[in-house]
Amino acid sequence: MNTTAVSTSIPSLTLSQRLIAGALALMLGLVLLVGTGFAGDYRLHNGAHDTRHAMGFPCH
Amino acid sequence: MFRNLFVAAVLAALCAGLVTSAFQAWRVTPLIFAAESFEGGEAHSHGDDAAHSHEAGTPVHSHGDDEWMPQDGFERTAYTVLANLLMAAGYALVLGAVSVLFNLPITFNNGLLWGLGAFAAFSLAPALGLPPGMPGMPVADTLARQLWWAGAAVSTGAALVIAAKFRAGWALAVAAALIILPHLIAAPVAPDEPTGVPPRMTAEFVSAVLFNGALFFTVLGLAFGWVNDRLAARSVAIPEGAPA
Repeated sequence: MNTTAVSTSIPSLTLSQRLIAGALALMLGLVLLVGTGFAGDYRLHNGAHDTRHAMGFPCH
Repeated sequence: MFRNLFVAAVLAALCAGLVTSAFQAWRVTPLIFAAESFEGGEAHSHGDDAAHSHEAGTPVHSHGDDEWMPQDGFERTAYTVLANLLMAAGYALVLGAVSVLFNLPITFNNGLLWGLGAFAAFSLAPALGLPPGMPGMPVADTLARQLWWAGAAVSTGAALVIAAKFRAGWALAVAAALIILPHLIAAPVAPDEPTGVPPRMTAEFVSAVLFNGALFFTVLGLAFGWVNDRLAARSVAIPEGAPA
């Protein structure tokens, strides 16, 4: 029963709380991923250039 | 709730972002720098490149004439570390969102599974169709590659979530189909143009990028789980101490 600590905290959330928190995190996370890994703007591209190559994102 | 999720994601991203930055500096960026010397036209003289002693502030190499890019040396490394941290935060928030939306907790005990799953979705699956490429290598249209990359990642990730959420025969069948699907849709093929990048270097780079991905996502999953466990233990302890 090593999940005791988690199971006491997670079920206390309502479905709508989970949906709101999840949607917020998903949106913020995708903005960060698109900004570092996908954005076409040359400043974002050149600043994150080595990261893109190192993480296997499609680059120039 | 969002605060806990955010705190755990940021702390995990800090760990994974710093670990990948160290690994990249050791095994990945040296290959990128070496490959850049094969990149068309604007080759730099190697004597200048090798010596990192340009503290005087003279712009040693400017690639495009008017395009901003970080100066080689400290500035370029700093931007890479910053980009690594932001990218890590992005991945951590996406994992946290999946965890919360599908009620699949990330703990230290299953953190390795989360990390390997993310590695499969965001590194392995896209790399099967689009092998990690170095500067100076011929590539297909960027937007087409980005779309295929994202499609492969989402499809593989969805497969793993479905398999984890519904542990039944049908779920495994759907998951298998979703994992195979992107590879039946052919990834954009790079044009068959000559490149000066040596094949040995290309192979080394692909290995290094996949290792880097495995390292990054493993640390991310384990750190995320560890912080989650700590936060959960604390929120259980709070009612006994002071009513917050």
